[in-house]
Amino acid sequence: MSLRSDLQIVADLIPRNSRVLDLGCGRGELLAYLRTNKNINGYGIEIDPMGITDCINAGVNVIEQNLDKGLQNFQSDSFDTVIMTETLQSVKRPDLLLEEMLRIGTQCIITYPNFGHWRLRAYLVLRGKMPIAPYLPYGWYDTPNIHLCTFADFENLCRQKKFSIIDRFVTDSLYRNRMLMNRMPNLFGTYAFYRLGRTPE
Amino acid sequence: MTQNTNLLLQTRTQHFDSLLRLQFGAELDGFDLVYESYGSLNASASNAILICHALSANHHAAGYETAESTKPGWWDICIGPGKVIDTDKFFVVCANNLGGCHGSTGPKTKKPGVTKGCYGAEFPVVTVKDWVRSQNLLAQSLGISCWAAVIGGSLGGMQALQWAIEYPEKIRHACVIASASKLSAQNIAFNEIARQAILSDPDYLEGSYTEADLVPERGLRLARMLGHVTYQSDAGMREKFGRELKSGDIRQGQNVEFQVESYLRYQGSSFSKSFDANTYILMTRALDYFDPASEFDNDLVAALSGTHCNFFVTAFTSDWRFSPQRSKEIVDALVTAKKNVVSTLIETPLGHDAFLLPIKRYLETFGAYMRTIEI
Repeated sequence: MSLRSDLQIVADLIPRNSRVLDLGCGRGELLAYLRTNKNINGYGIEIDPMGITDCINAGVNVIEQNLDKGLQNFQSDSFDTVIMTETLQSVKRPDLLLEEMLRIGTQCIITYPNFGHWRLRAYLVLRGKMPIAPYLPYGWYDTPNIHLCTFADFENLCRQKKFSIIDRFVTDSLYRNRMLMNRMPNLFGTYAFYRLGRTPE
Repeated sequence: MTQNTNLLLQTRTQHFDSLLRLQFGAELDGFDLVYESYGSLNASASNAILICHALSANHHAAGYETAESTKPGWWDICIGPGKVIDTDKFFVVCANNLGGCHGSTGPKTKKPGVTKGCYGAEFPVVTVKDWVRSQNLLAQSLGISCWAAVIGGSLGGMQALQWAIEYPEKIRHACVIASASKLSAQNIAFNEIARQAILSDPDYLEGSYTEADLVPERGLRLARMLGHVTYQSDAGMREKFGRELKSGDIRQGQNVEFQVESYLRYQGSSFSKSFDANTYILMTRALDYFDPASEFDNDLVAALSGTHCNFFVTAFTSDWRFSPQRSKEIVDALVTAKKNVVSTLIETPLGHDAFLLPIKRYLETFGAYMRTIEI
């Protein structure tokens, strides 16, 4: 069973037999993979009807819930890992959601597109228009991505909120890791995969 | 021929000789359950599904009873060949609950040991647990050791939930639709108004109306009218009836009858002719008393922690009688108890009645879930 390459990167960060909550789980591919390969019976949260039906077909646990309405219904420390892949930029309050994720899970895995990539910077500077890219295909008026940020922005937030960044993995738009993007990630990286934990008191 | 020629429908009455001790201590010395079945049980009896009915329904869940019938069973949209609950795949059973008035032992049944007269209001209080236990006896008599799924909406969903708790080894999937793990005060309040409507009907005669050849029709009618309003939403009723007039002229202010009034009167009237008042009181009591967590220190997680089945929980956005929040409570407890669960919330203006209606996304998700069930 082959997994989308970004999900494979996430899957590799998750220990076997652990408890997993996947926020914005889409079609449930990651959860199906984790069940087959890592003996994990995870839960997904999704709001898109098509995604939910696909999850049901895939036989994974899916809960229809709007992330923007909070996660108060999940108990503290009830999961080992809380995952959110490419959803951070489309929620109303990413800062509050991150706090919630780290309340519910011991660690969380976040992926999102970098708005500081040099191509996007150049697009704005040279054309004077909101950047559009193959992985950010929407117009400013209809984009679901209402909270785009750069790697620098995100890491600032983590410092402010005292989230500890356990590790970070930067890739290009095809989820490959190249030398340049490790040296200057905020300029040359397209996606980042962060593993966050709580800072010990 | 009947309209639904593909559906193999069978109605049977199963008699049980054994003494049934009810939850609140009363005993029934033998009882009958009338049930319908659709489809055929496979050799390993692994394809059996139990449908649990809600407050005012009965064992006639699908198909047409006779060639002359014009109305199919109450959940015909979901049960049949190629439907959500596919009778080509599953053997589907639906029994009239104990205390019912459509053939199973209930208030209208002749009281044993007396020459004349039926149980009436003396029929013992039955609970969701009692129903589940009696359904388990029915399963045994049918040679079904484990249901592929137990399914129900509203009060039926409560039975599915109780099945999961009471007989964890005898159920593989529980489908709990537009239901709750216990009623809210508001919901109990509506039931009480319905009961008072019946009790205060002069023809009720403290429950012994049958002997006097009377029917407390006015009370039943009111109870049903109230129920109907709470099973729909404001938006849904506006869409369906608006302020349309059935008769009269509103400018004259004479003989005015709104469509909604006429509808409620019709519903109330036809119900009062087909349903038993004592059964209505019994069923609403069973609804009110249901609270499986109460046996686990009011901890729903603890109540569900012994279950082994997978759960499908569905709610409807405009349902205020069994609001989505009640379903959410069940789902949250299941997640905390580390149980498998699929939970959907269907957008609709149709209120609590939605679970009986052909709503596209509801049938799609429900159908998708049912197709994952292995037999």
